[in-house]
Amino acid sequence: MTDALLSVRNLEVRYGDLVGVSDVSLEVRKGEVVALLGSNGAGKTTVLNAIIGLVRPTAGQVLWEGASIAGQPAFAVVGRGLALAPEGWRLFVNQTVEQNLRLGATPLGNRKREAELLEKVFAFLPKLKERRRQAAGTLSGGERQMLAVGRALMSAPRLLLLDEPSLGLAPAIVEMMYEKLQVLRDEGLTLLIAEQSVELALDIADRGYVIQTGRSVLEGPADELARSPEVQRAYLGIGGDEAPA
Amino acid sequence: MILAQVVLNGFLVGAVYALFSSGLTLIWGMMNVVNFAHGDFVMIAMYVAFIAFTALHLGPEFFVPLAAMMLFLLGVVVYYGLVRHVMRGPILAQILGTFGLALVLRYATLWIFSANFLSLPENLLGEVQTVAGLRLEPSRVVAGIAALILTIGLHLLLTRTALGSRLLAVAEDRNAAMLVGIRPDPMQALAWGLGAACTGVAGALIALFFYITPTVGESLALIAFVVVCLGGFGSVPGALVAGLTIGIIESLTSFWIGPAFKDVVVFILFLAVLWFRPQGLLGKA
Repeated sequence: MTDALLSVRNLEVRYGDLVGVSDVSLEVRKGEVVALLGSNGAGKTTVLNAIIGLVRPTAGQVLWEGASIAGQPAFAVVGRGLALAPEGWRLFVNQTVEQNLRLGATPLGNRKREAELLEKVFAFLPKLKERRRQAAGTLSGGERQMLAVGRALMSAPRLLLLDEPSLGLAPAIVEMMYEKLQVLRDEGLTLLIAEQSVELALDIADRGYVIQTGRSVLEGPADELARSPEVQRAYLGIGGDEAPA
Repeated sequence: MILAQVVLNGFLVGAVYALFSSGLTLIWGMMNVVNFAHGDFVMIAMYVAFIAFTALHLGPEFFVPLAAMMLFLLGVVVYYGLVRHVMRGPILAQILGTFGLALVLRYATLWIFSANFLSLPENLLGEVQTVAGLRLEPSRVVAGIAALILTIGLHLLLTRTALGSRLLAVAEDRNAAMLVGIRPDPMQALAWGLGAACTGVAGALIALFFYITPTVGESLALIAFVVVCLGGFGSVPGALVAGLTIGIIESLTSFWIGPAFKDVVVFILFLAVLWFRPQGLLGKA
């Protein structure tokens, strides 16, 4: 428990009478890649939004390096070293690619560091450099996803949360996206990836959690989850004989 | 030649319209709140200029920046004291909130200063000059050019600086702005401050050549709404083009048909444009 970077315990989020999630617990250790799995509507986005501070938990704990961040607004949470590439990207479509990236460095409050990180992100995602003067609204879906990730990286996070990085993208683009995530993983960045496409996520992840209708139901090492007939049958709809090694 | 004179006069007044309308469009674009007190902000700025001149003997080089600062403060106070609270309420509360503020400002001014028309001395900035056949009133020329420069300056501030980028980020998507570490409240207060400072400068400039009375804000507010609708909600370049256009159309109408008809023509054109382009001339569909 003590080496957990992020620890979520018995998280509950209600929106009035609606229950977003009712009981989710998970833990992310330094250097790990953790997958948060579940079907559409299971509550994955709510969990990430509650961690980053876009929604207030109604019960449970969110601990960052042992200190509670539950209920703190997002602008305070991102200053502590977390960043989210949100569902639907949430880019500033009327501003340029470069402006979007520079906005991502707001928590650092350091122009020199911002310039260094900008070069780093451009080297990592060269397509963004090509498009740096274009409005974000003119980008393709894949480029927008890249920009959402690049913008999150601009705050030099120690934990990057990704909400459905494969959503709505063509298979070739998804593959490229996951290759990029693999590079981040190899560089030692800690990742928490919410995904509906289980195979992709478990392929890159060390461990995974499965949530169903707002509750944690399964957890384990990624390869075990990938082989688990329960996972395949109940949540993921994959045939048992196709299980990856 | 007379026509050139008429267009020039319209252009110079139109630049001032553009400046205070830019303030309205900034506030509108930032938070979808209509500032019904905008015209009364201009009126307050005119009184600031008048008092600074008559009681403190300050010239325009001092009372214009003074009015800008006073109105900036008023905008910030109005945001934290009123707007932030009514924004949590229903849309009607938002409308009535700034409308109520407009009435308070207007009738407080009426109470203190009475309804008498006041004005600054004519030709405060020097005598009328004739250049190449054009009659140049220094007060109007200075007001027009200063307003034009400041409107363009506001646009550059929003589009070319890190601060402007943050302001626009909050305007576009409050949650996404928080995700990149921006506190929305100070940015929205700043938008109100800047929006009100635009009326501060514009009001002090108009005071150079316009009568000052507690109800002067009503007609100016109408112009600002027309300019913002024509230019597209939230667009400063749109407000600039629309402000200049309205100024020139008013001037031409006064010249060709008669001063009494200028408002009718402006509002008919306004309705016609909205009929064909509801998003405004430069607005996005």
